[in-house]
Amino acid sequence: MSNATSAHSVVEPSATTKRIAGIIVVLYAIVTMVPLAWIFMTSFKSPPDSISYPPKLVFTPTLEGYCNLFTTRTRQTPEYIQSLGPPQSTCDEITRSRNMVIAGPSNYWPRFTNSMVIAFGSTFLAVFLGTLAAYGFSRFRVPLADDLLFFILSTRMMPPIAVAIPIYLMYRELGLSDTALGMILLYTAVNVSLAVWLLKGFIDEIPREYEEAAMIDGYTRLQAFRKVVLPQATTGIAATAIFCLIFAWNEYAFAVLLTSGSAQTAPPFIPTIIGEGGMDWPAVAAGTTIFLVPILVFTILLRKQLLRGITFGAVRK
Amino acid sequence: MAEIRVENLRKQFGDFAAVEDSTFTVQDGEFLALLGPSGCGKTTTLRMIAGLELPTSGKILLDGEDVTFNRASARDIAFVFQLFALYPHMNVRRNIGFPLLSQGVPKAEIRKRVEETARLLQISHILDRSVSGLAGGDRQRVALGRAIVRRPKCFLMDEPLGTLDAEFREVMVHELRELHNRIHATTVYVTHDQHEAMAMADKIAVMNHGVIEQYGTPQEIYNRPASMYVADFIGSPPMNFLRFRSGLENGATSVTVGEVAIRVPQVHAAREPGELALGVRPEHVRFSDGAPLRGAVYGSEYLGTNQIVSVETAQGMVKARVAANRGFAIGETVGLELDSEKLSLFDCASGKAVPSSLYAEARHG
Repeated sequence: MSNATSAHSVVEPSATTKRIAGIIVVLYAIVTMVPLAWIFMTSFKSPPDSISYPPKLVFTPTLEGYCNLFTTRTRQTPEYIQSLGPPQSTCDEITRSRNMVIAGPSNYWPRFTNSMVIAFGSTFLAVFLGTLAAYGFSRFRVPLADDLLFFILSTRMMPPIAVAIPIYLMYRELGLSDTALGMILLYTAVNVSLAVWLLKGFIDEIPREYEEAAMIDGYTRLQAFRKVVLPQATTGIAATAIFCLIFAWNEYAFAVLLTSGSAQTAPPFIPTIIGEGGMDWPAVAAGTTIFLVPILVFTILLRKQLLRGITFGAVRK
Repeated sequence: MAEIRVENLRKQFGDFAAVEDSTFTVQDGEFLALLGPSGCGKTTTLRMIAGLELPTSGKILLDGEDVTFNRASARDIAFVFQLFALYPHMNVRRNIGFPLLSQGVPKAEIRKRVEETARLLQISHILDRSVSGLAGGDRQRVALGRAIVRRPKCFLMDEPLGTLDAEFREVMVHELRELHNRIHATTVYVTHDQHEAMAMADKIAVMNHGVIEQYGTPQEIYNRPASMYVADFIGSPPMNFLRFRSGLENGATSVTVGEVAIRVPQVHAAREPGELALGVRPEHVRFSDGAPLRGAVYGSEYLGTNQIVSVETAQGMVKARVAANRGFAIGETVGLELDSEKLSLFDCASGKAVPSSLYAEARHG
């Protein structure tokens, strides 16, 4: 193979460039995957394996972490355990081998459900409000539009911890502390600025002629928005939704401060999983692994939109 | 179908007057072209008729009904956009049927009318295709289909051929006029292309800086331009101007350009001495060895059937359209004879045409 015979394009990168780029991408992917792989592996280790040094790469996988994640257990005398009938499940068996019995379910599922409700609820609200606001900013002559947009963005400029105390006091006063509604409103408020800015960019790119055509075709502006603008903004809406969801899903600072009981989300709950004599790392890792699944699924479902979305419409035409 | 009346229409964007005091009527079934350079206010005028823009002052009447401040959706008009604005997420059939859907027409009826329209425009074979893969001409036809399927009161078109290539534009000009002849829809057509306007329109309104300079049939606009602007904008090459200083008496039948007396249509107004311009179309210039108006050949453009010869005279450059077979040497001195019945006179200060017997014909039909 000689390069002299192949036509050389200025735009198209050469084979060598592509190979180097490929190697860099693979290396980067490996580096970012290491923590994930670590967590995934830890979730299948036994507690002694999880803290052995040097870390074990080869180990006998066990479901103990998952069992411990979903249950609460009490220590019993071997005689008592002997007196019980045969184990009902794999978890039962594992638990008994540690001289314990399952006392009941843990709080993981309720916390996980809280996370789902709060993250998806706030994402829906933020994207819904953001789409309407972005459309308004994009299409109408809003007085002081630039100042308003800057003001909206400025809500993102400080770290959550800076406003945590006032919000804590405010929420306590309003009775919103430790409620799902309170968390949904809070995450919506934080995400709506991102949504407005992202979506305004997408909507700006949709030619006005489409709505004008629809209005001339006999539709009201709202109908034109629904039937013509929305279908074309789906890419942007999907990308925005992913960003909002990831934020709300992973948020820790507000969650740890404002929720403690019934509305607690998974992030502050997972580190509180304590086993006998220290952290139950396999259970923590199992909780984290399961916690990653919804975002993974959501991202895979919307990955086409996400790819087009994060290139900000550059690929659209 | 309907008559469109526009009365004293005015649109102000901040300090900029996009349209000033426009008044015109498009008769039922008539094809009006709004012609002018970009930024002259023609599109703004169209958008106000459509209801996409609200006028600062003035009135728009559709069939006698004041619709000035009605919503676009309530006016029952169709609009063909420059970039067609076909909904990208719908196929051709749904694009064309979209206006009917808003009126609550039953599904079967929509299907029937979409298919009728497609047959009329000869696009039946692409009905189920996606609009994104269509060629320019087909997009154009789909946009037209979406406009006519509803049988609206009138059609408004904003440079619909602007993005097509030259060859295809010619075909579409023909098709559009054909279509108009068949359905006789009142049409307002915005263009900056004089050929399109001349070839299609029953009436042309020439606009400049927000003002309608002249409103008339293509023949009137071409033969009796109301202003130097119109004379210069229409025709290719445009009308020649021979500038000279003189006064005019009412009833005069000749003017003295430089040293040369030239016969003109009888002047119907007097003018104080000032700068005037004698307007002559290139095809009304002949070469004649004995003619007193003389100039030197500057160059020529060969156009196949004829040629455009530029001659430098003391009063300015004159372009003549003459037979292609005659050869000219650059610098050769030639005599020019002007077709005296076809000449226009302009007052350079105002730019307006001086009334004459040629222009009087226009008013009396």
